[in-house]
Amino acid sequence: MGENGLLIVGSSQAGVQLAVSSRALGYAGPVTLLGDENHRPYQRPALSKDFLQDKITKESLIFRSQEFWDEHRITVVKGERIEKIVTAPDGAGTAWSASGRAFPFDRLALTVGARARRLDVPGAGLDGVLYLRNADDALELKARTAGAERVVVIGGGFIGIEAAAGLHALGKRVTLLEFADRLVARAVGTETSRFLLDHHRRAGIDIRLGSAVDEIVGHDGKVRAVRAGGEEIAADIVLVGVGVIPNTELAEEMGLRCDNGIVVDHHAVASDGTTLAVGDCANLPNPVPGSCAGERVRFESVNHAIEQAKVAAHALLGRQEEYGGIPWFWSNQGDLKLQIAGLSSGYDRTVVRSPADPLKHSVLYYRGDRLIAADCVNVPLDFMAVKQALTRRVTLPPDAVADPAVPLRSLLAEAAAPHEGNLS
Amino acid sequence: MPKITFADADGDTRTIEANVGDSVMETAVRNGIGGVVAECGGSLSCATCHVIVDEHDFASLPPMEEMEDEMLWGTAVDRTGTSRLSCQIRVTEDMDLRVTLPETQV
Ligand SMILES: Cc1cc2nc3c(=O)[nH]c(=O)nc-3n(C[C@H](O)[C@H](O)[C@H](O)COP(=O)(O)OP(=O)(O)OC[C@H]3O[C@@H](n4cnc5c(N)ncnc54)[C@H](O)[C@@H]3O)c2cc1C
Ligand code: FES
Repeated sequence: MGENGLLIVGSSQAGVQLAVSSRALGYAGPVTLLGDENHRPYQRPALSKDFLQDKITKESLIFRSQEFWDEHRITVVKGERIEKIVTAPDGAGTAWSASGRAFPFDRLALTVGARARRLDVPGAGLDGVLYLRNADDALELKARTAGAERVVVIGGGFIGIEAAAGLHALGKRVTLLEFADRLVARAVGTETSRFLLDHHRRAGIDIRLGSAVDEIVGHDGKVRAVRAGGEEIAADIVLVGVGVIPNTELAEEMGLRCDNGIVVDHHAVASDGTTLAVGDCANLPNPVPGSCAGERVRFESVNHAIEQAKVAAHALLGRQEEYGGIPWFWSNQGDLKLQIAGLSSGYDRTVVRSPADPLKHSVLYYRGDRLIAADCVNVPLDFMAVKQALTRRVTLPPDAVADPAVPLRSLLAEAAAPHEGNLS
Repeated sequence: MPKITFADADGDTRTIEANVGDSVMETAVRNGIGGVVAECGGSLSCATCHVIVDEHDFASLPPMEEMEDEMLWGTAVDRTGTSRLSCQIRVTEDMDLRVTLPETQV
């Protein structure tokens, strides 16, 4: 090992976990955790939830105390944007920041995440068109929200809906425009989309599906309205949540293979055989047990950033570790706590458990008769039971789960032996 | 200052001075108590901040809400009679809390 140690570019969920796990596993060299933001490493999820609603302070977003970093000999560097990286075949090299500083390393990890996809319509550059990917975005949104009455949210994905619910709770008049014919089409099935739509409409958010934005209309350089489908919707601010783009530019310049993210193997190692890539920026073989061989995925979740970072920390130490656990996700939307266990893509059957309570909903996804995922709203018991079933690789029989009076936990206890290996 | 004592599964203990208003989870994570994972950052979504509260201290805490109770059925190590999710315990003035960490959180 040289004396420059590990350089982690990107100091968010994946970078922080990689730094922490590397130390925990016994990596002895220097660790530099570097990021371009001018904040101590912080957690993003609350930015569209409690932080937006002023329910928590910035301090509670911070990952670790400075004492922790000092004690673990992890050097945290803020506000340095890496612009160029050169590596030798053994993986060592140097990264240069925009300010001209050089950061030499023995081993490099890219945990550079993703950025908000920009809206591409006339008027998108007007003052008052906002995004929500990082703390600066959130601070600006909060500052602008104070004086705004009407908000148009473009995009009915998780962040759009969470922010819409939060802004509505703050007393704003909120209109949400979604291009597709249902909400969160990328991550949940039709039943859950429908449930979310009905709930948020009842709560008072004006949600319009199949709505294509033609133009952001301005006055004096400032947003005044959004024109969609020939109609003009007045807006003091516009929040755009139309997905993210993985930050692959550095990797591409290094000659690493990229395809919807930096392409890595099961151990988070990129195509040069040494550089690690973890989190939202990584494209990896689907780690879910039983998934089809050759299938690749890119996740955008905290759980993934953590689990893949652990795998990468092992790789750093020359060990091969299996990706642990079952992918899961959460989204808090006003009164709703949505929890998703597993990946539902490729399902061919759903079973809805319909509790009497209109604020609760859960749907289980099956491929053949194998349980693969569940969306649960305000039913942590169901979420937990499905997550455990998936972890233990047991199926909850589809016919039995339909009855909301039967606790899934009891079915889990009865569940049969694990199913066999890969489907493919 | 409020104090929280964390005992890990092996019985090693560490006492940390905590800030009023923080959660017990935040106190643990920021100070590097490895036995608390807290994937969801206190959003009551992950149940990886499970602690077993000292029996004498348990009754002194405000009772838990239904959502926390439900989440506790999914912890990696089965819940006990005094299990709590540490993100839901607020540090109060004069708190002197002792908790034990489960062997694993995931
Ligand atoms: C508003 C919001 C709400 C969310 N809610 C949830 C949720 O409820 N549940 C959930 O599971 N997930 C949620 N997510 C997703 C989750 O936050 C991400 O999956 C996670 O942050 C990914 O971590 P990462 O470290 O891979 O990437 P990022 O968090 O994107 O971090 C990458 C970091 O690298 C920095 N960087 C990039 N390029 C450079 C460079 N050249 N030089 C230096 N630094 C660089 C970036 O500025 C950034 O700080 C949410 C995300 C957002 C934005
Ligand atoms: S931190 Fe996730 S439930 Fe407590």
